[in-house]
Amino acid sequence: MNWLLEPLQYSFMRTGLVAAVVIGATCAVLGVYVVLRGMAFIGDALSHTVLPGLAAAYLLGLNLLGGAIVAGLATAFGVGWLSRRQSLREDTAIGITFTGMFALGILMMSTVSSFRDFSHILFGNILGVTPQNLAILIALSLFVLLCLLLFHKELELTSFDPTHAEAIGLKTDRIRYGLLILLALTVVTGIQAVGVVLISALLITPAATASLVTRSVPRMMLLSAMFASASGLAGLYASYYLNVSSGAAIVLSCTAAFLVVFAAKSILPGFQKSA
Amino acid sequence: MTFALPYSGGRHADPVPGAPALEVRDLRASHPGMEFPALDDVSLRVPPGTRVALAGPNGSGKSTLLKAVAGLLAPESGSIRVYGNAVGACHHRVAYLPQRSEIDWRFPASLRKLVATGRYVHLGWLKRPGREDHELVHDVLIRLGLETLAERRIRHLSGGQQQRALLARSLVQGADLLLLDEPLAAVDAETKERISDVVSELWQSGKTLITATHDLESLSSEFDAAVYLREGRQTVPETGAFVGLPLR
Repeated sequence: MNWLLEPLQYSFMRTGLVAAVVIGATCAVLGVYVVLRGMAFIGDALSHTVLPGLAAAYLLGLNLLGGAIVAGLATAFGVGWLSRRQSLREDTAIGITFTGMFALGILMMSTVSSFRDFSHILFGNILGVTPQNLAILIALSLFVLLCLLLFHKELELTSFDPTHAEAIGLKTDRIRYGLLILLALTVVTGIQAVGVVLISALLITPAATASLVTRSVPRMMLLSAMFASASGLAGLYASYYLNVSSGAAIVLSCTAAFLVVFAAKSILPGFQKSA
Repeated sequence: MTFALPYSGGRHADPVPGAPALEVRDLRASHPGMEFPALDDVSLRVPPGTRVALAGPNGSGKSTLLKAVAGLLAPESGSIRVYGNAVGACHHRVAYLPQRSEIDWRFPASLRKLVATGRYVHLGWLKRPGREDHELVHDVLIRLGLETLAERRIRHLSGGQQQRALLARSLVQGADLLLLDEPLAAVDAETKERISDVVSELWQSGKTLITATHDLESLSSEFDAAVYLREGRQTVPETGAFVGLPLR
């Protein structure tokens, strides 16, 4: 048991472990809607488009989290605006916004002499999370989870029957915008853990793993959060003992969990989804 | 009700006394991006308690008319009044039963959940279905022979069961005007019988029903009036076809 406790003597490991669990769980719970509504592309795009916000905040000496939130929200509204009334297909609108914003971020970063300053943005640095950052992460996560709880009924209905939602006066566009805002906030928290490039793994992989095992939305959320938190812990321990990138280790733990469940499902004939 | 935040912003208009259940005047409506209007110059007046059939070939505008009345498609010109009020003035009074293809059946929801969404218009934001809502859902499931399937995922239902589930949802809504888009299309005999029984019970209890249908043979026995559509316009049926009450 000593190997489990040893890393805990360092305060950065303790903070990192709490952050990994909080971030993993939030991404994974929201990720269930990302997977069920087929929003994987927008999730990936949002993560890349916060880059210019982060870079601008860094260059101006402002709060990175604030910069990322502004850029994420701008993307959410930009995509909605470009694709309104079907003037552009939504995936086209996402593609344009996503690449433009990412290029802007790279351009800003290239004005600084060293790219190294930005490696924690691109690849995450969960061990660099300060206690103050952790408090903000927990507050954002609680906000996202509270919104998902309060609007679960509307999110669920607009996911499978937007026509009925509109017919009873529930505007599906507003729900979609709301979900994109939550997604932007979640992506911003997740970037601390695994970085811009890998964040969509936390949104998609645990939720997809859970969807292989159960067919009820609340249970899917619970399982997804468990898979992601466990992967967060496993990844951090792996990075401590093997001295590898924590973000990559966390994502690979998620991938491994998915592959194990997927293989078990294919090999074991009696492995059925519970209702 | 002590606390309510309705989706439509707090308006629940009462019916205007003496107004028809539905009054459509010179309606013209188009689908976004289409060159020709899907409906043009459509007018009808439906007294409360009437069963109206919308007949016509595919693409004649039956579904579009139902959607316009349900508030899913804004008219380009003309007007629609429901119980004397504008469309959307009282969402719970109008139930719309869509074609099955409008729903993402792969979503992991149970049959019970699907039916319970018919109560959402009464609940509004933040409220969850309560004991009364669950009892209502339970009763309607029994009425449509679906009680043993209540916990089944909607993707595992047969086409007929899905259709009955959609009707069950319209029933728990407790609406006065029901808009049914081909409720009997491609369903099994049991479903056909169950749906026909429930529909005639609804009519006997004073509800108004507007049904898009392909089945021209049962018009005279199951409806009080028929409206014929072709290419988005009302047409005069061939001689001998059922017309019923005049709806002008």
